[in-house]
Order: sequence, then C-alpha cells, then structure tokens
Amino acid sequence: MKLTSYRQKTSEPEILDSTVPGRQSQEPGAAGEPGAAGETGPADADNVRMEGTPGDAFRMHLLPDHKLLVPYVTGGMTPHWAEFVEAAFEAGADGVEVGAPFSDPMMDGPSIQEASRRALGLGTSVQEVISAIARLRTTLLPPAPLFLMSYYNVVFRLGLRRAASTFAEAGITGAILPDLPLHEAEEWTSEARAAGIANIMLVAPTTPDDRARSICNTASGFVYGVGRMGVTGERTDLAKSSRQVAARLKAMTKLPVLVGVGISTPDQAIEVCQDADGVIVGSGVVRRILEGASPADIARFLGGFRKSLDSG
Amino acid sequence: MNIDQGEDGNGVLSRSERPDAGLGHASSAGITLMGDPGSRGYFGEFGGQFVPEALVPACQQLETAFRSAWPDSSFRKSLDGILHAYAGRPTPVTECRRLSENLGIRLLLKREDLTHTGSHKINNVLGQALLAKRMGKPRLIAETGAGQHGVAAATAAALFGLECEVYMGEMDVHRQELNVFRMKLLGAKVRSVSNGSRTLKDAVNEALRDWVANVESTYYCIGSVVGPHPYPWIVRELQAVVGNEARSQCREILGGADPDVVVACVGGGSNAAGTFAGFVDSSSELIGVEASGGAAISRGVPGVVHGMKSMFLQDDDGQVQEAQSISAGLDYPGTGPEHAHLSSLGRARYTAANDVQVLDAFSLLSRTEGIIPALEPAHALAFVIEAARAGEIPGGASVLITLSGRGDKDVAQVMDLTAGG
Repeated sequence: MKLTSYRQKTSEPEILDSTVPGRQSQEPGAAGEPGAAGETGPADADNVRMEGTPGDAFRMHLLPDHKLLVPYVTGGMTPHWAEFVEAAFEAGADGVEVGAPFSDPMMDGPSIQEASRRALGLGTSVQEVISAIARLRTTLLPPAPLFLMSYYNVVFRLGLRRAASTFAEAGITGAILPDLPLHEAEEWTSEARAAGIANIMLVAPTTPDDRARSICNTASGFVYGVGRMGVTGERTDLAKSSRQVAARLKAMTKLPVLVGVGISTPDQAIEVCQDADGVIVGSGVVRRILEGASPADIARFLGGFRKSLDSG
Repeated sequence: MNIDQGEDGNGVLSRSERPDAGLGHASSAGITLMGDPGSRGYFGEFGGQFVPEALVPACQQLETAFRSAWPDSSFRKSLDGILHAYAGRPTPVTECRRLSENLGIRLLLKREDLTHTGSHKINNVLGQALLAKRMGKPRLIAETGAGQHGVAAATAAALFGLECEVYMGEMDVHRQELNVFRMKLLGAKVRSVSNGSRTLKDAVNEALRDWVANVESTYYCIGSVVGPHPYPWIVRELQAVVGNEARSQCREILGGADPDVVVACVGGGSNAAGTFAGFVDSSSELIGVEASGGAAISRGVPGVVHGMKSMFLQDDDGQVQEAQSISAGLDYPGTGPEHAHLSSLGRARYTAANDVQVLDAFSLLSRTEGIIPALEPAHALAFVIEAARAGEIPGGASVLITLSGRGDKDVAQVMDLTAGG
C-alpha cells in the first residue's frame, strides 16, 4: 500500500493547493522533499490558495487511507437523473462526474453512448445539465465536488471563456474534456484558471513519462489516469495498465490520482487503489440506470465500492 | 470571369490580391498554401490534433513515419509503380464534346472513374497501406460511407497481405449492399455500425474506438482529408496525383493554358483537395460542390469533431447534425480543415447541389457522353450545368471537373429513385 504520500497531503494540505491551474514545470521538485519525483512544488509566491473554491477538488476528504470514489452519471439520461447524483453522495461518493451528452462520444463504449443518445432524445441541452448541477450545488452539503465531463466541441461551441465562467457560476468544481490533449489545451487551461475551475486532464497508458509530467503540471483538481487502452465500459478483469498508470502518476504529482475506464467492481477498485488515490466508476452506474435501477439501487451498488475501499 | 460571386459573397481573389498565397495563413514559418501544415497540423486556424491522450503517440508515430517515407525515393518509387501497374495511373482527361456543345463551355473530365476499383479512393489507400507495411502494422481499419473507400481499403489490404476491418453505418450497409459484398470478397470484415445516425460519422467514431483499443497492431486508414493531424495532410498529399496529372494534361489539351475553372465534389473533400493541390498556384477558379443536405462549409459553423477543428453541421449546443444526401459518399456533416481554410482565404469557393440537380446531371452525362458518373461527382457536374446555363460560367470557358468515381454502385439506387418519375 502506498498511502504515505496521501498522508503527507493530509498533514500538509497546502501541497494540494499548490497545484492550482496553470502552474508550470518551473519547480524542480517538491521542496522539503529532496529527490521527490514529482515536479509540483509547495506553495510559493504565485500560488493562489483555493480553499473553499471549486478548484480545491477533494480537500475535505484528505483523511489518512481514504480512497476517493467518483461515480459518473450522464446528465439528462433520465428525467430525474439528478437523484442518482444525490444517491451517489449518500452512498459515500467523494465527488460525482456528470457527463454532458454529446452526439459523437468517441471515447465512450456502448453504455455511455446509449445514455448520451437517450439524453439527447429527451431534448437535454447542455445548459439544462449545467443548471441542474447548480441546483445540486445548493442541495448538497458543500463543498461536494461536481465535475463536468464534456467533449470539447460542446465547450468550443459555447466559447471557451463563456463555458469556463458558466461552469464556475454553476459551482462546477472542474471540467474533464477527454478529447482535448495537452498540446491543444493551452487556451482552455488559461480560461479555466481565470474562472477558478479545475482542469482535470487525462493520462493514458501510452502517454510517455515526459508528456505525463507536463500534463500533471498543467492539470488541477485531480489527474485522471485512463486505466486501459480503449473506450469506457465494464470489464471482467482489471487491465495491468490500470495500476501501472496510477503508479507512474503517483510518482509525478501531488494531485490526487484517480483511475477510470474499465473499473467495474469493488475488487477491481481495491486493486487499482493499491496505487491510485481513487476510482471513477462510470459504465457500471450508467448501465444499471439504463436498465431501470432506482436511486436506491445505485446507492447500494456504490455502497459496495465504498465499503470495499474503506476496508480494503 | 464572373463566377466568383457566391451567395456568401465569398469571392475568389486573383492571384495578386490573394492574401499570403506563398505563406499560408498560419503564423508558423514557411507554410505554403496547400503545403506542409507543420508539426501541429494547422491550416490557418483549422486542423489540429484533437484526440484523446491515448491516441496522441499513435498520431505522432504516424507523422514521423510519413515524414520519413514521403521524401524517400524508394517509397515513392514503390508507390508510383503500384499506382501505374496496379491502379492504372495516369488516368486520362477526357474532353466532353457533346456536353460541351450543349452547355457552351469547354468541359474536361479527370477520369478517376477509370482507376482500379473505380474511384480516386485507391490513390489514398495504396499510399497508406504501403505506409502501414513500412510501419510494421499488420492490421488495417477503415471507415466508409458509400463503400468506395471501404472497397479500396479492402483491395489494398488484400494486395499487401494485411488484415482488414471496415466500419460502415448500418444505413449505408443497406444502401450499398454490393460494396459490402465486394469488401467481403476481398477478404475484409465489414462491421455494421448501428449507433448514432448509422452513417459515415458514426463509422468514423467506431473506427476511432477500435484504434484506441488496438493501436499497437492497427493502422487506421482514414478515407478522406479529415481527422486529426497528420491525416488531412497525408491524404491530400496522396491525392495530389489527381491534380498534378490533370494540370499537365489540361495544358496539353488547352494549348498550354490552365482551365478557367476547376470543380470537384466535397464530402470530406479528398478528391477536391487532391485536385486543388495541382491548381492552387494557378489562376484557375477553384470550386468545391457539397451536397445541399451536407453542406458543412456553406451551412456549417466551426467546431471540433473527429479530431479536427473544421466546419460542421451542428446545433447551438455543438451536437453534430446528420447530413442528408442522395449520395452516401457526401453524407458527412463536416469537411476537411484545409477546405475550411481555403474557403476562409477565398482561394476556393464552396457551393452546393441538391438531389434533383444531381440526378439530372447523372442522367445528362450518361446520355451525352456515355459515362455514368458516381452520384458524388455528379454534384460537381450539376453545379457546372446550372452555372453554365445561368451564364455564371461564361460561354467558351474551360472547365475541369474531377470525375471522382464511376456510377456502377449507384445504378440500382437511381433506378429506384427515378422509377415512375
């Protein structure tokens, strides 16, 4: 178990704060930790403290050994989809990722594709999803992190600056744009930073170390480790690449490292959390909702993950 | 010439007025119009490489491989040899005497319909399959709309001994069942895509999903000048043979002159890109003709889909709209980024033809010249017929149309559409 780094963050929460959006790789290493592999440093002069702001992704969860559970729900996939978000928090989720439905979800497998199709079929607009998140923000105990996953075209069409400020006003903690790679992300990174929302970036199993390091230095909120090469979906086995990507990232960043894509069971979550700080569970949730699960069913399903992660 | 005043006011500038004709629109140094888009793959503000991180190394590896192969004389010699002995290049330029007389212009056709497999798609797949072979990738995947690219990809895969899977929207599988059977005959697996609008755009999504999961073994052979960098550049380079041949062939026919007007149909835009590449530094007017139900440049807005920043049919939320066209090959709601760039510069003009005009053109060329065109290039012909009759193309003007494919695949559909009509 590699919990030490997380404990350090617990005792020194400002380290998480130091990784606010836009921090580049000028820091040679974490001061006070000579030889640390990560390139993100402690608070310094240009560091903006984000306590209580959306960019401060998981502050209140920084307890020793606590593993982060972030379920995913596609916004608008059913008329009362927000109840599934509330159920997830009741089941002990540390944050929820809400997907904006998109016509061409090329990173998603069958379940989330179908959820997107249903949401669009129900006439769900991006603005409705954002408004629903703003309402959830008022009913959930603050500051429960709520992340918005969106394909880049949705943000691009809205206008980057307007998107970032709209997300911030709705209380969205951070945005996840899976088809926006590092070398196209400069403008979004700066708009997200200006608006005070976290810029969650993805690192794939095929991402070389130097590039992964740059991504970690650009990202804020948390780093999303893609657990396997492929689209989202439930798998019977945990890919070897899941723990590998988590271990690589943990050696590079003080940000929480969450792994998603192919995490379908509590056992897989426990296994990947030997290296990762937490998991994102998407298709397992979405498929159950598509099959008619109630919010209570989803709470039970996620409760299984919570229990396993807490005892694992 | 008075044909440059499109409805959008997007007139064509003469060479001397054209902005930065030698430098392109990009700030990067040394980029020429229809030249190397640089390592970031931008044509002005369009293009780029908007792919998940998982695919970034694969795109970079492909770019590296192409940058090494393309100037390599042994690679070029192999490709040229195959294009000649296998695909039947060079294809002729045919002067249409009866139709020219009918329209009062001088109409020339670049005959890509005469290539092996019957469309310009073969130029691209032979180049990409040779590249796949050079990169050591044993498996080729492709998306297809009309089935022409799928057939071409299956053909190249058979020729080079590569495993091949072709993604095709369910709608298109039904519309083009003969091409489905052709692909199977050629040893390819055809994957029917039943999600989304069940057409070309969804086939692209599915091929990208396959590529993410199998990137080590698999070469994704994109069929048009679309997708993430370096594809729009690679495919245009591989199709430039169309325009380069046509330029010198036209000069022979026209006594050393270039055609006044060069016209090609545009879905993703590969035959148009290849054609325009041969004439972009000439004084010829360049005109791309989209399907009116899929007119991404004429009616679309900028967006980022399928890895590229370009023009797309989409709603205010950025949801991509389904294109509607009689022709499966133009049933794509976006267009290649370089066309978006040429349009924004005014170097090429883009217009649209509707299904009725296209069927008339299909029939007119068949009756007057004994050439049954594919429905896709029938769009280019439909524009020329309308423009010549309206005097928009002045009498006596020389017009080159790239006849990108033959119409055999469309005959049954046209029979159904015109029966009783």
